[in-house]
Amino acid sequence: MARVLRAPWALVLPAALLVLWHLTVEYRWVAEGIIPSPAQVLRSWEVWIFGVTKGGLSPYSGTWLDNVLYSSKRVLQGFGLAALVAIPLGLMIGWNRLTGRLVDPTIQLLRPVPITAWLPFAIAVFGIYDASALFLIGLGAFYPIVVNTTHGVRDTNLLLLRAARMMGAGDGTVLAKVVFPSALPSIFTGMRLGIGVAWTAVIVAEMIAVKSGLGYVLWDAYYVGRMDICVATMVSVGALGFVSDRVIVYASRILLRWRTLEAGA
Amino acid sequence: MNGGQAALELRGVWKEFVKGDRRVEAVQGIDLDIPPHSFTAILGPSGCGKSTLLNMVAGFDAPTRGEVRANGAPVSSPSPKRAVVFQEPALFPWYSVYENVVFGPKTQGRSAQTYRPLAERIIEQVGLKGFASHYPAELSGGMKQRVGIARVLAMQPELLLMDEPFGSLDAQTRTLMQELLLAVWERHQQTVLFITHDIEEALLLADTVYVMTARPGRIKKRIAVELARPRTIEATTSPVFNALKREVLALIREESVRADAETALE
Repeated sequence: MARVLRAPWALVLPAALLVLWHLTVEYRWVAEGIIPSPAQVLRSWEVWIFGVTKGGLSPYSGTWLDNVLYSSKRVLQGFGLAALVAIPLGLMIGWNRLTGRLVDPTIQLLRPVPITAWLPFAIAVFGIYDASALFLIGLGAFYPIVVNTTHGVRDTNLLLLRAARMMGAGDGTVLAKVVFPSALPSIFTGMRLGIGVAWTAVIVAEMIAVKSGLGYVLWDAYYVGRMDICVATMVSVGALGFVSDRVIVYASRILLRWRTLEAGA
Repeated sequence: MNGGQAALELRGVWKEFVKGDRRVEAVQGIDLDIPPHSFTAILGPSGCGKSTLLNMVAGFDAPTRGEVRANGAPVSSPSPKRAVVFQEPALFPWYSVYENVVFGPKTQGRSAQTYRPLAERIIEQVGLKGFASHYPAELSGGMKQRVGIARVLAMQPELLLMDEPFGSLDAQTRTLMQELLLAVWERHQQTVLFITHDIEEALLLADTVYVMTARPGRIKKRIAVELARPRTIEATTSPVFNALKREVLALIREESVRADAETALE
């Protein structure tokens, strides 16, 4: 019964918002031309994706996929780089007291600096190139992953550590077979937060620091007054963020199967 | 010398904990000699420092003063020679029953050809045949503790340390587990040090029971349990058993009266 009712409920609010949006434009509840109608966005989006067959003048015609790929590639590279550094570092901070005392305070000190505030610094150092974007994305995704990994390591059950020790496990074995799997749920939480920040960072970076990708299109479209393209970009980024989050959740379900058993028991 | 070396020796073992600016003496001047292949129980009320004692024997914790020796060698860190069954099963939830059981031998670098048949046999002995590929989350409390026992047996340790392993189980499961442990011990004959606050459990399982006092923990009395082996749960109804039980009860009552009086004086 509950299962039957679940699916439609989720769609009620989005549908209502869509209708409200349509009516707002239709009945001119806001001044004309400020926001496009849903139908208009859809039409522009179609052109943006597929292009027009004959003589289209839109500079956006058929460029959607390219820009999606530019942005996705940056997110994947930046996020991958962040995970590659943050997971081992978080393991070491949580595991080794000296590393923790040495590195953790600095991370906590730098973390409150908003990723957007790094933008001028990134451009000054890396220029208007991909490196700037990667730096911002990587840095943004790095913090939640490193913090959650550290937290997960420190939360490892003392009894499990003792059990491993009494079975003859040395540091390496304890780290690989006890601490890492025990911290894995936290690591996934960090990665979910991290990928969210990565999409935020890529848009900001592309608006200013590079000349391609969805963030660039968004800012460009705003400048030339193409709010329809702006809205289509927003929805695109939202969808990409949603899909990448689902991918991480799906991976975690596979790797943390022992945990879903626990919940179902 | 009268032949064999003690499997476990404790010489004047003291343990103090510092809590804020207060010092708490957990155990005081413990001397113990545990012969090889014997089953020894340490019986005491909760908070008497018996788990502290076991942690020092396991090598998780160092004594403030005194020395712990296992087979003549001083204990300074945990070792697979001294396997521990904890109060909680403490299984790795990300590993199946089989993977949990072979963790010890695998970590010690034994070959799969050696440990696989051994692990399969032990899993069967503790009554978990058919559950080898299950995860801990799918097992009941009693079954989890069976895995806890199976994994230490698979290590083939010199010394088996058990810290109230059946404390969190219901009465019926506990009785079953005690019988299981007796049967398994008959077969493996490892030296066992068993910590408990349950008088019947101590008398049923052990050859020697040391009764501990509460705060600070000291050994009050050594009691030899001369019940024939192999034992079953029926042993608990014999006159010898009841006489021993009366003796221990009297000791413990005396001890709790003393502890209460001291607490009242503080």
